[in-house]
Amino acid sequence: MKFGKMKPHRRNRLLLVLFLVVTSGSAVGLALKALNKNINLFYSPQQIVDGQAPVGPLIRAGGMVVEGSVQRSREDLKVSFVISDLQAAAVVVQFEGILPDLFREGQGVIALGTLNTQGVFVANEVLAKHDENYMPPEVADTHKKAHKERTGE
Amino acid sequence: MIAELGHFSLIPALGLSVCLTVLPATGVYLRQANLMRLTGSLSAGLFVFVLFSIACLGNAFLTDDFSVAYVARNSNSALPVQYKISAIWGAHEGSFLLWSLVMAGWTLAVSQFSNGLTLDMRARVLSVMGALSVGFILFILLTSNPFDRILPVYPAEGSDLNPVLQDFGLIVHPPMLYMGYVGFAVPFAFAIATLTSGKLDSAWARWSRPWTNLAWSFLTVGITLGSWWAYYELGWGGWWFWDAVENASFMPWLVGTALVHSLAATEKRGVFKSWTVLLAIFAFSFSLLGAFLVRSGVLTSVHAFAVDPERGLFILAFLTLVIGGSLTLYAIKATGIKSDAGFEWTGRETLLLVNNILLIVAAGAVLLGTIYPLIYEALTDGKKISVGPPYFNTVFVPVVMLLFLVMAVAPASRWRSTPVEKFFKEQLLPGGGSFAVVAILVFFLAARFEPVVVLVVGVAAWIVVNLIRDLIGKVRHKSNKIVALFRQPVSYYGMLLGHLGIAISITGVCLTVYFSEEKDVRMAPGDVVELSGYEVKFKGVKKVRGPNYLADRGEIEITRARQPVVILFPEKRFYQAAQNMMTEADIDPGLFRDLYVALGDPIDDTAWAVRVQYKPFVRWVWFGGLFIGLGGIVTLIDRRYRAVRMRTSAAVETVGAMP
Repeated sequence: MKFGKMKPHRRNRLLLVLFLVVTSGSAVGLALKALNKNINLFYSPQQIVDGQAPVGPLIRAGGMVVEGSVQRSREDLKVSFVISDLQAAAVVVQFEGILPDLFREGQGVIALGTLNTQGVFVANEVLAKHDENYMPPEVADTHKKAHKERTGE
Repeated sequence: MIAELGHFSLIPALGLSVCLTVLPATGVYLRQANLMRLTGSLSAGLFVFVLFSIACLGNAFLTDDFSVAYVARNSNSALPVQYKISAIWGAHEGSFLLWSLVMAGWTLAVSQFSNGLTLDMRARVLSVMGALSVGFILFILLTSNPFDRILPVYPAEGSDLNPVLQDFGLIVHPPMLYMGYVGFAVPFAFAIATLTSGKLDSAWARWSRPWTNLAWSFLTVGITLGSWWAYYELGWGGWWFWDAVENASFMPWLVGTALVHSLAATEKRGVFKSWTVLLAIFAFSFSLLGAFLVRSGVLTSVHAFAVDPERGLFILAFLTLVIGGSLTLYAIKATGIKSDAGFEWTGRETLLLVNNILLIVAAGAVLLGTIYPLIYEALTDGKKISVGPPYFNTVFVPVVMLLFLVMAVAPASRWRSTPVEKFFKEQLLPGGGSFAVVAILVFFLAARFEPVVVLVVGVAAWIVVNLIRDLIGKVRHKSNKIVALFRQPVSYYGMLLGHLGIAISITGVCLTVYFSEEKDVRMAPGDVVELSGYEVKFKGVKKVRGPNYLADRGEIEITRARQPVVILFPEKRFYQAAQNMMTEADIDPGLFRDLYVALGDPIDDTAWAVRVQYKPFVRWVWFGGLFIGLGGIVTLIDRRYRAVRMRTSAAVETVGAMP
């Protein structure tokens, strides 16, 4: 059937369907492409120590801030601290800026940033949660796993 | 004892909502007008019992009854009284009680203010709303009782309300938001009632339109307040984070916006009937989905509601039932609906359809980003990811830019068909002129020339220009122009306000994103930092005491070219009961710029980490939101709806007289 000979309302419907397909198709394509570029994988301290985390791309790391590990610079806003999974693994995190209010030693945090070749996590952003009893699910999960492996040995 | 009364009064409330679900529906089935007429008293009873219940919870807060676990967790005897009241909805259990109260409130309102409805229709609508109340109240009774006691040994003091919630914003933001969320239950109920009755005519659009506009306005204002609150209270000057909980409120808003527009088309032109019904189902489904995402704890969010898998499961089951049930009903009943009027692809109807598609695509993109961590975890056997703001910005911004373009030209289009050549000729000057003027303004006034700013603000200007042209066009040929202005339907002015609000908001969003300046600096007393032409001087920190906190209060003097501008006092508060630190920023607000300062941590004895921000046009983001909400509310006083009410009340009598 030739396009030109279609009845007007048929043609309109076809145009509409085409428009729908093109719009939603390109939207989905765009969305998936953007998603692939912008997902931030989570790594536990153990995975980072074991070398499973990639060096370079933006990732997230989370764990408990080790008591007594927070060191502040006296000249600027640089700060470093150690996160652990309450077992053996520990990763040094460096950050420059203002830490969230709920950041405290002994509390769970999640940091967004990159791992450098020295195995230090350079954070662009540090998140601590509103509720002090609340633990980020990722961190809680890590602790459970670490604990299981420990007791399973 | 009073807490137990609160708990027990939910049981008759549940009973009444069951009756409200069953009796009027039975009445419809058996054609018993007496049963159908029960809706009014059942709705009133339901509302009174839920209201009594929440009042009992309020009483527990006001009398510091820490034997009630919810009160002990979320209050403290030193908590100021207004926050004791807002603490009722400060955490999961109480906020769901508020949710149920809002549901009962909407139910009561529909039963009281829908005289225009036929008795049969009113019974169907309220029966659906009753069923929803059953679900919500059951949820409280089974999984989230705010009246649980800690006995026999209860704490002498409560652990206090989360400090970030001790604020005016939290007093008003959740009730507004819930009015919106739950308000979408009304068009949903109308949609289901229409589907079951099989009479899918334009009348249902006329009935549900004012309710939808009202609910949507509440949601708009609720989201706006939430954004404003996040800006000043979370302490760091951000006003939108693409956080899961924000998305949970934004998705129903996007679908609701589509619904508001397609309802208008359905009512005015008799087109998109079945599509509108589907949107009404989707809007409410997204509200429920939001509740599920927020309360089940499946997503990491800055909003930490106490989480419990059992609750998640309940809501998921309820969600499946509501969405599955209504879509099945839709699939069975919505076939073979014919539009009253045809239209060509150049008609305004087409533009409205494009608007709808773009809004749904935008909502879909937000949904995908929000739940993608869940999908990914399921597909990769437990790998955890997060989706950051870059995703949302990349996907959302192009879609809404298209939407704004459509929005700019829509007022210049005509129903049915628009003469294309004439249309383009007429739009050349308003469109080109808007971009040109904005380009010149940005070139001379802004810190630097940004093409994207010209594009976005240019579209906003074009939107406004076309609104004005449209208004002038309506009165140009009238002999008395003032009278003609008053003769326009009120809902037309609602549309103008709403679209104007969008133009204001996108201008604010764009300018504040592109021209804000932010500095995190270490400051000792006497230090000065330069910020967008202002000099910011840190003068030191003093200790002060508040009702339930201790604070370090900084003094920061801001000058411009040595002329004093303002002195700001940001605080770092320590709430003793919960042992919580909190940043209380201080802001010098202005129509064209905010100056924002917040204290970070003390670095040594006298020096502090300080964040200073210059945020141009940031208020416009929320002004726009308020305009949009106002626009929606204004449509309610349209004469048309009142006329309909009077005309059809005669019809009610005839149906009522039926045996």
